[in-house]
Amino acid sequence: MRVPSLREVGTEARLLLIGIPVLIWTLIPIYHMFLFAISPKQDAFAGKLWPDHPTLNNFRIVFNQQHYFLRDFWAQFFNSVVIAVAVGALTLVIATAAAFAISRLRVRGGRTVMNMALFTYFIPAAFLAVPMYRTMGNYGLLNNHWSLILAMVTIASPYAIWVLKQASDKLPLELDEAAIMDGATPLQLFRMVYVPLMLPSLVAIGTYALLLAWNEYLYAFLLLSKDTEITLPVALGNFLAADDSPWELLMTTGFIYALPPAAVYYAFRRYMVGGLTAGAVKS
Amino acid sequence: MVYSMATITYPAPADTLPRRPWSARLSTPQVWGIVMIAPYLLVFAAFVVYPIGYGLWLARHPASYVALYNDPVFARAVVNTLIFLIIGINFKMLVALFLSGFFVQSRTWIRWLSVLFILPWAVPSIPTILSVRFMFNPEWGVINNLIFKFTGEDGPNWLNDPAMGLTLAILVHIWKSLPFWTLILMTGRLAISTDMFEAADVDGASWWQKFRFITWPSMQTLYLTCTLLSMIWTLGDFNSVYLLTGGGPADLTHVLSTLGIRYLRLDQLDMSMASIVCAMPLVLPLVYFMMKRLSR
Repeated sequence: MRVPSLREVGTEARLLLIGIPVLIWTLIPIYHMFLFAISPKQDAFAGKLWPDHPTLNNFRIVFNQQHYFLRDFWAQFFNSVVIAVAVGALTLVIATAAAFAISRLRVRGGRTVMNMALFTYFIPAAFLAVPMYRTMGNYGLLNNHWSLILAMVTIASPYAIWVLKQASDKLPLELDEAAIMDGATPLQLFRMVYVPLMLPSLVAIGTYALLLAWNEYLYAFLLLSKDTEITLPVALGNFLAADDSPWELLMTTGFIYALPPAAVYYAFRRYMVGGLTAGAVKS
Repeated sequence: MVYSMATITYPAPADTLPRRPWSARLSTPQVWGIVMIAPYLLVFAAFVVYPIGYGLWLARHPASYVALYNDPVFARAVVNTLIFLIIGINFKMLVALFLSGFFVQSRTWIRWLSVLFILPWAVPSIPTILSVRFMFNPEWGVINNLIFKFTGEDGPNWLNDPAMGLTLAILVHIWKSLPFWTLILMTGRLAISTDMFEAADVDGASWWQKFRFITWPSMQTLYLTCTLLSMIWTLGDFNSVYLLTGGGPADLTHVLSTLGIRYLRLDQLDMSMASIVCAMPLVLPLVYFMMKRLSR
C-alpha cells in the first residue's frame, strides 16, 4: 500500500470537514422522527440519542388504530394511495396525449397550449389554492376525492407535458415517417411507436405525479375535511389540534407515511435524475 | 427554426384537393391532434382559467385593498416574504453552489453521502417539518432538553419568537430543497470539460482562479435560472411556515402563501384574493422571465 502524502491527507481532511456536518444536518430531523417512532412514551422525551428500551409497540398501536387520533388510519392510508395512483395515471394519460399532439402531430396552436401550460407551472400552487377551493365548491366537488384528484392533475400536468414534449422532440422523425409510409394512423403511431420509445420518460413522469399527490398537504387540507375522507398528511396536521397530542404516535405515523415515497424515489432514482432534473432547468 | 424543420410530412394534406368537402380539409393528424390535446384543454379551462377569473372577480372591490393596506399582518407578511426570498434563497443557492463542488469529487464515500443527502427531497415534507417543530418545543423538545442538561438553564422559547420562528422556517425550507438544487448545479459542473481544469493546473491556477475563470462563466446562466425558479417555488411554500409556526406568534411570521389561507379561514374571501393579487407584481415578472427562458 502506498503511503498518502501530507497534501492528500490535508485534502481528505478538508472534504471530511464538509461531509460530516452535511451528513448530520441531513439526518437530524429524520433520525429524530425515527427515534420517536421506536421509543416508548417515557423514553421519547428524555432527550436520549438511543432509547433504553426500543420497541415496535407504536407501530402496533398505529396499525391497530388504537388511539383517538388514529381511528381512521387505514381509511386515510387507503385514500392517499387511491388519490396518488389516480393522479399518476390521469396525469400520464392527459400529458402523454397532449405532448404527442404538440410534438409529433404538430397540432395547430400547440405552441400556445405549451405556453399556457408553462404559465400554470410557474404560478405558485399556494396562490391558486384559494380560488381552486371556491371553484370546487361551485362545482359541488368539495369533500369528494375527485376534487383533490382533479386539482393535483391540474398542478402536475403542465410540467409533465413540458418534460414529455422535450423528450419527444428528441425522437427521430424518420420513425414516424416510416410508420406513416406503412400506412399507420396517428393512433397506431401513438400506440406502437411513440409510447414504447417514451417509456423511460413516462415512468419518470408517472412517478413524479404520484409522489406530488402523495406529498400534497395544502390542497388536501382545503378540499377534504371528513375524517374518513382525508389523506394521511392532513391527518398528521390534525394531530396539532390538541396540546397533549401523542408525539410518538404522530412520528410513527409520519414515518410510515414517509416510507413509500422514499422507497419509490430510490427505486426510480435513475429515471428521476435522468428524466426530470435534466429537463427541470434548461440552461 | 427547429420547429418548422421538424414538421412531419404526412402524405397530401386534404386541403390541397379542391374537390373534397370543406369538412375534410382538416387532415387526419390534425383532427387526432385536437382530440388528444382536448383533455388537457378541458382541465385548463375548468381548473385554471375559471378559478383565476373567478378569483379576480372576487378581488374586484377597491375597499379590499384599502383594508389590506391597513392590516399590519399584511405588511408584515410582505416583509417576511421578501426576507424569505432575498436572504433565504440566495443563501440556499450559495450553499448549493458550494456543495455541488463538494459532491462532484470522485470518492466512494462522497457518492454514498450523496445518496443519503437526497433524503430530505425524497421524503414528504409534513412529517419532517413536524419533527423539527417538536425538536424546538420549549418544554419537551430535544434541543431544550440538551441545553438544560449541559447548562442547567432553560432554553429559549424558539418558535414563540417571531425572528427565530421565521429563521427556523427558512432553515426548514433550505433543509428540504437544498439537495434538489445541489443536484441541478452538479449536472452543470459535470458538463464542464475537464480539459480546461487540467490546462489550468498546468498553468498553476489557484482554486479561486479555477472557479472564477472556468466554473463560474459556464455556470452563471444556470445559477441565475435556478435562483429565479427557486424564488417562484418558494413564494408558494406554504408548508414550511404553516406547519412550523402556523403564522404565529401573533401572526408575525406569515408569508404571502399562508396569509391567503389565513383570510380564508377568517371568512374574509375578498381579502384573501386581494392579498394574492397584491403578490402578482412579485410573481409575474419572475414567471415572464422563466417562460422566456424555457419556451424557446
